[in-house]
Amino acid sequence: MRQRTALLAGRGAGEAARRLGRGGGTALPGLVAGTLAPGLVEALAGQLGHGAVTVTGTNGKTTTAHLLSTVARAAGLEPLANASGSNLERGLVTAYVDAAGWSGRVPRARQRLGVLEVDEAALPPLWPRIRPRAGVFLNLFRDQLDRYGEVDSVAEGWRRMVARGGPATLVLNVDDPSIAQLAEESPGAVVGFGVEDPAVAIEGSEHASDARFCRCGARLTYDGIYMGHVGRWRCEACGRVRPAPGVAARHVELGRDETCFDLSVGGEAVPMRLPLAGLYSVYNALAAAAAAHALGIPVAAIASALGAAGPAFGRQERFDVDGREVRVLLAKNPAGLNQIVRTLGASPTPPVVLAMLNDGIQDGQDVSWIYDADLERLAGRVGPVVCSGRRAPDLALRLALAGIEPAAVDADCERALDLALAHTERGARLEVVPTYTAMLEVREALARRAGGRPYWEREQR
Amino acid sequence: MSGTPPVRVVTLYDDVMNVYADRGNVIAVSQRAKEYGLALDVSPVSLGDRLPADADLVLIGGGQDREQRRIASELAGRGEQLRAWAEHDVAMLTVCGGFQLFGRWYRDHMGEEIPGIGLFDVTTVAPGAGWPRCIGDVVAKSHVTGLGEVVGFENHAGRTYLGPHAAPFATIEYGWGNNGGDGTEGAVYRQAIGTYLHGSLLPKNPTLLDHLLEAALRHRTGTDIGLERRPAPYAERAHASAAEVARHRAPRFDGIAR
Ligand SMILES: [Zn+2]
Repeated sequence: MRQRTALLAGRGAGEAARRLGRGGGTALPGLVAGTLAPGLVEALAGQLGHGAVTVTGTNGKTTTAHLLSTVARAAGLEPLANASGSNLERGLVTAYVDAAGWSGRVPRARQRLGVLEVDEAALPPLWPRIRPRAGVFLNLFRDQLDRYGEVDSVAEGWRRMVARGGPATLVLNVDDPSIAQLAEESPGAVVGFGVEDPAVAIEGSEHASDARFCRCGARLTYDGIYMGHVGRWRCEACGRVRPAPGVAARHVELGRDETCFDLSVGGEAVPMRLPLAGLYSVYNALAAAAAAHALGIPVAAIASALGAAGPAFGRQERFDVDGREVRVLLAKNPAGLNQIVRTLGASPTPPVVLAMLNDGIQDGQDVSWIYDADLERLAGRVGPVVCSGRRAPDLALRLALAGIEPAAVDADCERALDLALAHTERGARLEVVPTYTAMLEVREALARRAGGRPYWEREQR
Repeated sequence: MSGTPPVRVVTLYDDVMNVYADRGNVIAVSQRAKEYGLALDVSPVSLGDRLPADADLVLIGGGQDREQRRIASELAGRGEQLRAWAEHDVAMLTVCGGFQLFGRWYRDHMGEEIPGIGLFDVTTVAPGAGWPRCIGDVVAKSHVTGLGEVVGFENHAGRTYLGPHAAPFATIEYGWGNNGGDGTEGAVYRQAIGTYLHGSLLPKNPTLLDHLLEAALRHRTGTDIGLERRPAPYAERAHASAAEVARHRAPRFDGIAR
């Protein structure tokens, strides 16, 4: 009864927030309902016929959850997902509250699979309450240290959480040593995923790498680094070594807008074309494939669903503005920005770039992280760069130090967008690289200018 | 400046003590030296490496607890040489965890004491659970002649207290500073500066950057060649913007312990 009252109150609050136009009402109903009935997560999670999968890690949560939902839907399941950016407890409650009817029952519960992206620090207390069938762990990079404290404490929280047991199959990125080593704590099943292609390793190493040391304390040795501290690692002191992944990408070809590779799952390989750019997208696709495999979905079905997937909200979305193609590449932390640097650096012609740095709570109030990204690698490889966002002057300084003199600096989103578009020829590409809240702002401006529908949706019609 | 021998920069443990983007300090030093036509010779010194025989500028950044522990005992072995350098007016910038380890000791939240090299007469205590981390934007007024306002971002659990022989680097206007209680920020000993400010510090504090370069150059040449100060428009705008943000959202230091 208490839960039903809570649901009603939560739904009411959600409706009210949506009518008032406050951020789509994604977290408010959760806050209301969660406060009224603390057992709601357990009660609703228990109804889902196919259980739930959690997706966590510093980078790629939203895209991975989106890809897994796409694969699950193609396989006849009905995914129940939390909205992008609402990955704390109240966001999860909101997803359930929205799905549940007035009775507190999730309709068509038997067909439903929860696909829940969960904030890395919020996962440990939620894990025993959701009791996921599978837990996907993507990577652990430094991210918003002002909010989370130190990377080490997140990893330690995960280890204790996993060691306590539970029904989940762990889906682990074997190329990230701090993720791969979670297998040591797990009493249950583990599916590893990783990249098996030395040709896409980077030259040298990136500055922002966080787990260069083994759990035994020795420095790790790498036979190839794919990004940050992610790669083919081993420890000469204690003998720990990257486990062979059960789900892997081989023969990876990185294109400007798509990525081709052979998806191999338990010895079976299928060629696939992923309509997303960058090696980081390959990891997200592998994570989704590994989770889908753990759910029993056949490889061919996984590959064809991934091949037809669109981008997630604000992640490589494309818009057509006055005959100019605008792509949005969300950048939240050094590791993610390094991936974007690599993607932009591989463009056939130097692209026009609109870079946007905000310093809100969701962006990280500390903007120093831009010094950890290897922006020097972009020098000479980009066209005009316009700096914007609340901390546009910090960004302009960072770029100037990297040898990239900004073409213009304007904190205002609309004006900066005008300037960047003016530098972009008809038929050419503008790459927009915003932090999280800047992405929300610029995406809205772009959607409005493009006539409401993202480029990829129209392309697929 | 052509004809002056290269300024020797030593970066300590920059692959270990690098969580708060202190690498920006090295980037800023290199770029600014280029603008002044100064040659630089940068030597990264990490675990297992030898310290060079001499240096003009030493840089060390912040790390996590685990990382601090990893370098502490080796750093202790280098303490004598680093202290001797400081006595001879080698310029130094030690940030956050690096600053703490250049003090006398650091006591972690479990009560375990990590010895520092005692270059600064400061001690640091990490309070237990329930105490907030000192996180946020900072504006401070430096006591070093000519430096004026410094801006940055701090993020530390440890509270640092100045001993009788220590002088503060700056006085907090907005933010926490050494301990959130006495309004001091960092420490200075001769040409060595310890501070909690990252953000990165040197890119957006061009006056401090020039001050350190000048001190390093003085050490290198043995004469007081003043730098013909060049404008730093991007840095000055970033400084102003960071100061404005700090004044807007960081707590104003009002002399009451937090
Ligand atoms: Zn080891």
